[in-house]
Amino acid sequence: MKVKLTKSATPLVTIMLALFPALAVVAGEKAEDNYRTYCWQCHGMNGDGNGINVRDMSVQPRDHTYGKEMASRSDDELFMAIKEGGPAVNKSVLMPHWDGIFSDEEIRDLVRYLRQRCQCEHGKY
Amino acid sequence: MSAARKLVVPIVGIGLLVALIGLPAQADNKGMEILEARCSGCHDLKGPAPATLKELWARKGPDLFYAGNKYKRAWLESWLQKPKRIRPAGYFYVDHIKPTEDGDVIDKSTLKPHMALSAEEAHDVAEALMSLKANSHLITKGEYKPGKISLTMGEMRFDKFRGCMACHEIEPGYGGLSGPEVYTVARRLQEDFMMSYMRDPQAWDPKIFMPNMHLREGDLEKFVHYFRALSEEDFE
Ligand code: HEC
Ligand code: HEC
Ligand code: HEC
Repeated sequence: MKVKLTKSATPLVTIMLALFPALAVVAGEKAEDNYRTYCWQCHGMNGDGNGINVRDMSVQPRDHTYGKEMASRSDDELFMAIKEGGPAVNKSVLMPHWDGIFSDEEIRDLVRYLRQRCQCEHGKY
Repeated sequence: MSAARKLVVPIVGIGLLVALIGLPAQADNKGMEILEARCSGCHDLKGPAPATLKELWARKGPDLFYAGNKYKRAWLESWLQKPKRIRPAGYFYVDHIKPTEDGDVIDKSTLKPHMALSAEEAHDVAEALMSLKANSHLITKGEYKPGKISLTMGEMRFDKFRGCMACHEIEPGYGGLSGPEVYTVARRLQEDFMMSYMRDPQAWDPKIFMPNMHLREGDLEKFVHYFRALSEEDFE
């Protein structure tokens, strides 16, 4: 019974995807891929704040691998910084807003990814 | 024999007619032929822009399917004959960087010069490119009203207030490297395009790594004034 249902659903899903290609994107991109594409330019390939753009920046990008400092931020603060930019958490305008590109779910994934990079949690390092 | 001759005459006639009608569009066609044969491997001439990271990563050069709404024709024609790098870290910076002890650097060995065209080819290609006008709904013709801003004030806005300089060079060797240089942007791009692009880069290119900077409407025009002032400087 279950198998039958799944099978008959397949063409339906295919048609839906063909009609609404946007549905295929809704799932979002992997945090690691988003980080590489959008964050490397400033935070660097190693996530340590040494990207190609930093030479003439008056405030240096956060070192995302520095557990001690990253642990002093709550998940909500990291979420806000990514979604609404540095000024939303009293930090520099050089950290831009990313709400025009990511869904909230993708930003939550990025926060989880940053926690892996710093091997830290809020208040725990 | 005579039947064949009867056929040949009208065919030649029609051929001549087609050639005559086709004449005004000829430059366009020649340009379009070059674009399709020699450029379409790296440049998208049809759209739409990448909607996923996979598509973004596969893109080899700037999309040209809205070239007629983006570039200044005179610039196209001269750049195509003597191309000069616009993005210090290549088109997609991720493909052209490497980590070092002192942080990431551009891997210059991965950057290739752009092909150049003859004067005649460049003329025809520029003509053909100007006819590619997707996304017209994003452009408000005449939206930009010329005005002035001092270089000092412009730089203050571009760097301190808005943080744009993190990704864009405002003179050779000064500024960020992942985006295109802005000291030549007013020579390259139409003013109304710049207004629209800065207002919402993702409307043009959903996955591009310039974020929506949430600029106020009044900021847009001031940035274009600044770019125009920069483009009058001689940095060579
Ligand atoms: C244009 C350069 C730039 C880009 C691109 C950038 N950042 Fe930042 N980011 C910064 C700078 C500069 C700071 C430090 C701000 C400060 O200390 O005032 C920062 C700080 C942060 C912080 C720490 C905020 C805090 O509370 O200290 C987080 C989290 C962060 N960035 C995440 C990201 C993520 C995720 C991306 C990619 C989606 C990203 N950044 C892309 C420049 C950038
Ligand atoms: C091997 C890939 C490749 C081929 C083939 C190629 N281009 Fe390009 N093109 C690029 C890249 C990469 C850039 C970005 C250069 C830069 O930023 O300095 C570019 C930039 C351009 C630009 C400037 C666009 C902008 O927004 O900066 C134009 C115009 C252009 N190409 C036209 C052409 C034409 C016309 C042809 C064919 C005659 C062609 N290209 C063939 C890769 C290619
Ligand atoms: C995180 C990096 C980043 C920041 C910050 C940024 N840009 Fe950009 N900008 C880019 C990239 C990448 C492109 C698109 C390049 C392309 O299409 O190849 C771009 C394109 C542009 C263009 C069109 C230029 C061209 O040659 O196609 C203008 C104009 C522009 N940006 C202005 C600004 C302004 C003004 C700000 C600040 C309010 C700003 N940018 C902030 C990365 C950035």
